[in-house]
Amino acid sequence: MKKIQILGSGCSKCKALALSAETAAKEMGIEYQIEKVTDIKEIMKFGVMMTPALVVDGQVKVVGKILSPEQIKAMLS
Amino acid sequence: MRILKWTLLLTAAVLLWGLIYFNLAAFGGWFTYSLLKMQQGGHLSSAVEFFVFETPKVLMLLVLVVFGIGIIRSFFTPERTRKILSGKSETVGNILAALLGVVTPFCSCSAVPLFVGFVTAGVPLGVTFSFLISAPMINEIALVMLFGMFGWKVAGLYMGVGLLIAIVAGWILGRLHMEKHIEPWVFEAKMGEAVKEDAINWEGRIRYGLIAVRDIVSKVWIYVILGIAVGAGIHGYVPQDFLASFMGKDAWWSVPAAVLLGVPMYSNAAGIIPIVKALLEKGAALGTVLAFMMAVIGLSLPEAIILRNILKPKLVFTFFGIVAAGIIIIGYLFNILL
Repeated sequence: MKKIQILGSGCSKCKALALSAETAAKEMGIEYQIEKVTDIKEIMKFGVMMTPALVVDGQVKVVGKILSPEQIKAMLS
Repeated sequence: MRILKWTLLLTAAVLLWGLIYFNLAAFGGWFTYSLLKMQQGGHLSSAVEFFVFETPKVLMLLVLVVFGIGIIRSFFTPERTRKILSGKSETVGNILAALLGVVTPFCSCSAVPLFVGFVTAGVPLGVTFSFLISAPMINEIALVMLFGMFGWKVAGLYMGVGLLIAIVAGWILGRLHMEKHIEPWVFEAKMGEAVKEDAINWEGRIRYGLIAVRDIVSKVWIYVILGIAVGAGIHGYVPQDFLASFMGKDAWWSVPAAVLLGVPMYSNAAGIIPIVKALLEKGAALGTVLAFMMAVIGLSLPEAIILRNILKPKLVFTFFGIVAAGIIIIGYLFNILL
């Protein structure tokens, strides 16, 4: 079970990243749970200074960028 | 071998770019007067010529600039900037912060995490503000487009003035000791462990530049075209020197009016430059136009709303007030000196 979190206060980039992550997880057929973290206080706890950010199982994988589903797959496996 | 491949590709791309770029003016004339068979000197034809010439020109400049800046930015991250700024004394810190604001990747949607990240790492409040003013206001796209359209003097003035406002306004905000006007949770925020940085090689930097081109150009092209369309309208239909009476040097109220008008407006820097060019052509004074441009890109309502998350209303107003006052003073200065 992978826990995927998207950090960002709801800008269009965050939505794009969430979509990519969801697509990646579905295509891999893994069990996953996705959560959007929009509260700025929660976001700060991950130590990121740029949004959106992708967190997998509590680990920050990417900040300030949108990734393609292909790139995210590598981070989920 | 890979390096060689990239070098060859880049060289070819730049050559092709130059070949097209330097023939755009001829193309604009040919398109308007030979292909569409329009009359020389008409309102519509000069608007069309402006549009057909400026659109590809600005878009091509944009691609080149965003790519170059993307490469430069791959050397700077907010984490690195924060490391440089924490523990710096105020005045030196203000200057460094304003300079780093120009090159550090920044998007106004990240203003809040950045602010909290800086403040919790011990960067003084005024220094943080210098960064927050300079990052959006000295827009690298605007800078290089000004250079492309008006030459190095105007571009240099824009950058120098932007830095000055960021340094001085940040310094004043620091002196005002506004710490109590920051939402208390900011100081209680526990910053997590900083994200570790991946090593990046030259190929990575080039990719970073290409991604920046894709992301930014896909987002701003519509602003550019709208801006050029408005510029073309002004260019073709507004009579010569028409603006001199109320945007010229002698209209003392034009500078504050330009700033008041500019703050609620929000446009991308790339979209505002064609308008700037058309306004200057019709007799508007440089100081007034620069003030308008800086107010549009440096201060905006969406930014105020974002900042409200971390700053109490009084500090939001003070911040906007000081920056707006700085822009007005600079506008007057330009109009008097030039």
